[in-house]
Amino acid sequence: MSDIPLNTSVAGVPEAAAPRQPPALTTGPAAWLRANLFSSWLNTAMTLVLAYFIVRYAISFVDWAFVNAIWSVPNNQTAACRALKTSPNPGACWAVITEKHRFILFGTYPYEEHWRPAVVCVLFTALYVVSAMRRFWRWELAVVWAVTLVAIGILMWGGVFGLSYVPQERWGGLPITLILATFGLAFAFPLAILVALGRRSSMPAIRVLCIAYVELIRGVPLISLLFMASVMFPLFLPEGINIDKLLRAQVAVILFAGAYLAEVVRGGLQALPKGQYEAAEALGLSYWQKTGFIILPQALRLVIPPLVNTFIGFFKDTSLVLIIGIFDLLTAGKTAVVEPAWQGFGVEVYIAISVIYFVYCFAMSRYSQNLEAELNRHRVR
Amino acid sequence: MSQSAADPRHLRTPPKRQLRLSWADERIRAIVWQVLIVGAVVGIVWWLVRNTQHNLEVRRIATGFGFLQREAGLPIGEHLIEYTPASTYLRALTVGVLNTLKVAVIGIVLATVLGTVIGIARLSKNWLLAKVSAVYVEVIRDVPLLLQLLFWYTILQGLPAPRQALNPVAGVFLSNRGLRLPFLDWEAGHSWALLAFVAGCFATWFYARTMRRRRMQDGQPRPIWPAALGFLIGLPVVAWWLGGAPTGVEWPALRGFNFQGGMTISPEYFALLIGLTTYTAGFIAEIVRAGILAVSQGQWEAAQALGLRPGTVLRQVVLPQALRVIVPPMTSQYLNLTKNSSLAVAIGYQDIVSIANTTLNQTGQAIEGIAIIMLVYLTISLSISLFMNWYNSRIALVER
Amino acid sequence: MSAALDTDTHIASSIRTDAPPAILLDRVNKWYGSMHVLRDVSLQVATGERVVVCGPSGSGKSTMIRCINRLEQHQEGRIVVDGHELADDVRALDAIRREVGMVFQSFNLFPHLTILENCTLAPIWVRRMPKREAEELAMHYLTRVKIPDQALKYPGQLSGGQQQRVAIARALCMKPKIMLFDEPTSALDPEMIKEVLDTMVGLAEDGMTMICVTHEMGFARQVADRVVFMDRGEVVEQGAPEQLFSNPSTERLKTFLSQILRGH
Repeated sequence: MSDIPLNTSVAGVPEAAAPRQPPALTTGPAAWLRANLFSSWLNTAMTLVLAYFIVRYAISFVDWAFVNAIWSVPNNQTAACRALKTSPNPGACWAVITEKHRFILFGTYPYEEHWRPAVVCVLFTALYVVSAMRRFWRWELAVVWAVTLVAIGILMWGGVFGLSYVPQERWGGLPITLILATFGLAFAFPLAILVALGRRSSMPAIRVLCIAYVELIRGVPLISLLFMASVMFPLFLPEGINIDKLLRAQVAVILFAGAYLAEVVRGGLQALPKGQYEAAEALGLSYWQKTGFIILPQALRLVIPPLVNTFIGFFKDTSLVLIIGIFDLLTAGKTAVVEPAWQGFGVEVYIAISVIYFVYCFAMSRYSQNLEAELNRHRVR
Repeated sequence: MSQSAADPRHLRTPPKRQLRLSWADERIRAIVWQVLIVGAVVGIVWWLVRNTQHNLEVRRIATGFGFLQREAGLPIGEHLIEYTPASTYLRALTVGVLNTLKVAVIGIVLATVLGTVIGIARLSKNWLLAKVSAVYVEVIRDVPLLLQLLFWYTILQGLPAPRQALNPVAGVFLSNRGLRLPFLDWEAGHSWALLAFVAGCFATWFYARTMRRRRMQDGQPRPIWPAALGFLIGLPVVAWWLGGAPTGVEWPALRGFNFQGGMTISPEYFALLIGLTTYTAGFIAEIVRAGILAVSQGQWEAAQALGLRPGTVLRQVVLPQALRVIVPPMTSQYLNLTKNSSLAVAIGYQDIVSIANTTLNQTGQAIEGIAIIMLVYLTISLSISLFMNWYNSRIALVER
Repeated sequence: MSAALDTDTHIASSIRTDAPPAILLDRVNKWYGSMHVLRDVSLQVATGERVVVCGPSGSGKSTMIRCINRLEQHQEGRIVVDGHELADDVRALDAIRREVGMVFQSFNLFPHLTILENCTLAPIWVRRMPKREAEELAMHYLTRVKIPDQALKYPGQLSGGQQQRVAIARALCMKPKIMLFDEPTSALDPEMIKEVLDTMVGLAEDGMTMICVTHEMGFARQVADRVVFMDRGEVVEQGAPEQLFSNPSTERLKTFLSQILRGH
């Protein structure tokens, strides 16, 4: 009888006496403040100290970033900015952003053609947004991806439809970051699925190969792979064949992401109840039918939140290509302050770039949290 | 087993399955598949090796590790062991490994402390503290580490020159040449004191164990802190006093354009340490928080209802369970921090990657250089994960 | 619902009216935010008395017994347990928690400790008992709840009914004067309810002072000296089980009983 749902009080009975108010200071904003900020001496002290520091640093940050800041200077005359740096009331020199933002975002891409990489960035972002919506999770999404990626290639290279040709060496900035991350994901994902399946395969030789690949890649830093791509790949290929640097870095990024994604996918395969495997087998499906129709759709759904988290990590990691001299967003920012006139304003540039990375990563991490909550709710029901 | 051996029915083994040479036999299929795939991989590797050999010959690049014994001729600013540009490449690479370990070990300790504090703060009942910690975690995790490193390095480089160095506390100077701290004039007495402290740690551990065992025998609690105080402070002080009670302290002083004396923390090392610590702490905070949340409220209540004091509840009930959830992801954070220390190359701290990179540029032996980097990291990764697996299996939970 | 118990004969009571009450609640009030969850609850439990508390969920019965060992704090009124007034005095609270054992709906065994270690933890760290002695004591109570052979296993290896019996043994190892049961059988499968109830009947036979929140009416009839019916944070009605169940005097209790019986 303990199972009887007795959600409310006994039905059909007159209400009990009118509810009494709790003693003073247990409800309302005052009570909230007391409970959450001033519940004890220690708590009060902590609140006051924290509030003091927050207010103090917030004021000096606002002073630096807005009140005292210089937003533009004529003709690279940065003397005013330099004076501001050493003055008792220091301020930011956002003029560097005003002056260099096109360079930071698009690198050395021909200036009058900047609308093309801009459209590419918008396309990439739209692609992410569409992929994130559950009602678009259908096979047509793959077609949308293919079409968009082709469109992006046409826009970047040009040479058709009256667009002038832009060689790859001149690409730079945000599009490079997005290309590395997106193409990395698009190719690493199928690789990861194969490797994850291989690691759970009953064939020992294939299992060993997959384990070796995953553990080797996960045991070394991404930099060593990028170095390998930049100095060793040319040695690997037959004489006369030369792949360009961006593509080599892209291959390294794919190999790297593949190993990490494979572990996430494997987690999903393991989390799937054994009954699902047995049921699929009992239906007489072949290995690939079983995997493609029953196992993968469920396993991948399970691991979408960790997949998004891995993707965030890997979006940030694309910035490492700076070390082998590929012109991504971070490299562009670093290069922007090399010019003598703008030397010493790195902090402003790095803050601006941080905001761009933060917007992308924060959106993705919020999305993954919401998705996780939603999936959990679904599972409880 | 002995029973079944006596029973002839149990002596039967399953019948051997005949291997039919047919595509319908799944074992044949498996073998064919494996031969095909392994063959393809071997083929590709062989092709790559052939190309590489050919390319090396054409470009007249030497192979082998002979260069390790040659003079390196590269200057290294920070070295834990004796090093001059006249030393060998082997010595230079060893210095690099030690520099990597120096930043990784200290970074792991600091990140663990900072991350734990922030993780607990995020669960605080103080709304402001919880929010501040949450914002920290969110911001620090959503910006690339390399960008953060460059940011810190730029800030440190933007500090005033030594002549106008910031001097927050007497004897401490912060300038664009790094952080200068006063340091002891190291003498035998200090070494003795250090030795005594290490001995004191062991003695305290041993004493605590003995006292616990004795408590288990007669039930009487015994305070450990007086003896611990003696072991950890008294013993080193006595050793220091017996060692001649040296009191010399070397204070940094401005001579010409830079400071002399005292201990230096270079801007490169400082930026790398701050960046790695604050970044990894953001991840560790989330792990700690999840670990604490994983221990249900019911565990606290049950332990309190039994009359256990909060300290005992934490030590005997909550921590052992939380650690179980915390240790595996913490291991991968430690590994990440170690691997991320390779970003040192971007700000000019001479870790193993940076020195191996210079080596391969100087000698042209790319394959050997990269092999060395990978070998070093694989060794470190493997050691950490072996240790953590052992530790994890010790605290694992027995389930049905 | 009495299917779980073999007998309907009432166990002889061991109430000692000469002693001061073991538990005294005097007009206790409690709010969650602005929700009034305990309204002027007054209750006296004599030493050796067995009280069963029932009522619809959300009626405040769990909150009330959790106030008795201060897992929840009341905001108005007095609670006196075994002569100690529950206030902010930490020493009084320690004393009360030593004397009051509690069994939870969800067992709350410590999963990282063996059954034996679960039972010896509090005697060693709170009662300052030598380990060997604590283990003998634990084995004594584990034998009493009929699972001495599981002592070296971990909670995860036991069934729900076994876990709940361990939880009872764990509480008994502190030799409490008073036992609180918070819906001890609600999380159990039907076939395991009986083994736990049998253990509780055995405790009652030995004269333990008990407050038990449960819907097991058979158990209430067999052991309770008094049944307390709560609804919407109030004590609506109380009395001997027979009288209360056969002649409910309030509409609320009548409706509650009919709902429970319909459920069966």
